[in-house]
Amino acid sequence: MAKVMEGLRYSESHEYVRVEGNYGFVGITDYAQHALGNVVYVDMPEVGDEVTAGEEFGAVESVKAASDLISPVSGTVVGVNEALEDEPELVNKDAFENWIIKVELSDASELDALMDAKAYTDYTEKL
Amino acid sequence: MNNRLYGNLIFELSRKGRQGYTLPRNTYGSHTDELPASLRRQAALKLPECDELTVVRHYTNLSHDNFGVNDGFYPLGSCTMKYNPVIDEEIAALEAFAALHPLQPADTCQHALGLYYALQQSLAELTGMKEFTLNPCAGAHGELTGLMVIRAYHQSRGDEARTKVLIPDSAHGTNPASAAVCGLEVVEVKSGPDGLVDVADLERLISEQGPSIAAMMMTNPNTLGIFEHDIPLITQMVHRCGALMYYDGANLNPLLGVCRPGDMGFDVMHVNLHKTFSTPHGGGGPGSGPVGVREGLEPFLPTPRVVERAGTYSVETGDYEQSLGSVGCFFGNFGVMVRAYAYILSLGRENVRMVGPLATLNANYVKESLRDVYELPIGGLCKHEFVFDGLKDKSTGVTTMDVAKRLLDYGYHAPTIYFPLLFHESLMIEPTENESLDTLDAFIQVMRRIADEAKTDPERVKAAPLTTPIGRVDDVLAARQPVVTFKQMSHE
Repeated sequence: MAKVMEGLRYSESHEYVRVEGNYGFVGITDYAQHALGNVVYVDMPEVGDEVTAGEEFGAVESVKAASDLISPVSGTVVGVNEALEDEPELVNKDAFENWIIKVELSDASELDALMDAKAYTDYTEKL
Repeated sequence: MNNRLYGNLIFELSRKGRQGYTLPRNTYGSHTDELPASLRRQAALKLPECDELTVVRHYTNLSHDNFGVNDGFYPLGSCTMKYNPVIDEEIAALEAFAALHPLQPADTCQHALGLYYALQQSLAELTGMKEFTLNPCAGAHGELTGLMVIRAYHQSRGDEARTKVLIPDSAHGTNPASAAVCGLEVVEVKSGPDGLVDVADLERLISEQGPSIAAMMMTNPNTLGIFEHDIPLITQMVHRCGALMYYDGANLNPLLGVCRPGDMGFDVMHVNLHKTFSTPHGGGGPGSGPVGVREGLEPFLPTPRVVERAGTYSVETGDYEQSLGSVGCFFGNFGVMVRAYAYILSLGRENVRMVGPLATLNANYVKESLRDVYELPIGGLCKHEFVFDGLKDKSTGVTTMDVAKRLLDYGYHAPTIYFPLLFHESLMIEPTENESLDTLDAFIQVMRRIADEAKTDPERVKAAPLTTPIGRVDDVLAARQPVVTFKQMSHE
């Protein structure tokens, strides 16, 4: 059974964002890492790149498939999780601990359009 | 057979100074001094040094580790791994075809140009298209060529705004890839719970983005093996917004001789000769992806073209102002075309109609015989292939990957796994029309045995394959730390 963490916001394409002040830490959910299986590569943007809510910002490659990463928020990338370059399997170990990019949010109101933990749990149960 | 003695790699068998045969003494002297110093080799070339018999045994043993359609059942979904009849090979090997040179004068190869022309005509008749080019060298190459035709068509009307391609979420990965290579933007169309294109979602996308849509790409039947019965409505909607319909011929097999993409309203399509027309592929030979267009789009097809005038065939490259120009070397993979045409002629007009119905019957027979133990997410009649979502009983922990590996132990090629992406445990089976009832029954029995083993001895299934020359491969490690050269292997 996939874990869902309280306090995060979730997208239908299975990314989460953890908000700290004006920054959002974006990663894929535990449900997503389960579905993908063993992650072998994470393709990340560079610091300074712009991301847009609903648009692709990278990709996760597993032994089963390669999936686009869709940003749940808009803003500027101010950090990438470099540990994933050498150890992409960290995403499988703990998807919520191992965020992929840190974004300086340009429009915090976008968060309202995302699901909370309860809504996301209901959403994944129906899939 | 002794694989160990004769090595996994020819380099492991190399012994300094050993050789297969002796070259004649050099009586011409050495001229390497005439080469610029920068081009002269400084160190010795590191080629394996082996005697001829060792080389023969090495490669003969390796060939025994291979598995092809000639070895056994090969139900690789979406790949149409048909039997390749021997007569096709015999005809392609005739010197008159095999020894041709692409630059020889047209009057010395009328037989080959005639075959080329006749194949174009046959494909047009079988698919309901007006004209074909045989130049593209594979399916995805055909997709790209077809999309370039569509782009050229819109540009010729001064309609530069059409830069998007609608692609269902069940599509083969080559569709979005071809669109991207063609400089077009991909817009995904959702599938409904029945696995078919969600017409309401399509309607929404067209009303929002209609004037920017260049085309919609579809396979029919789709990757779940289900016929898109809304196709007349879909083509009507897409045409009404000014876009064209592209037919991905990957799943043409069940329709062959029964119904035609041209009659469904498709404007441009490709055919995979290596699938539907039974030429070797999948490591066994090059492909061929001819592109067909409806009337009015012929001017955009690539060159060179083979044309017929009063019984004489010629190759033409000029005088096609709107043509894309060349999309490859010379005429495409000619040997594949000879095999495909031999296949069409040896079936004949009557038997070609049997291909689709038999492929459909075989797929449905296997599906219905296994659906009580494997999860069938979408029921009803399928066409040439179908998708299970893993074992019905998920409590054993045995995955689709485990089932596929265990099949190898029983002497079967594994089905396609983890595609399409619509389900987590996709297991995609395409038996093709060639298989006898005995083969299908034997396969069904083995699939049921594996489902039993998953309950009684799941560890055994999870450890499979146990009987192949190489056991369970660590695919995670292979993806993370690929060792692809002998140099890497010998250093690590």
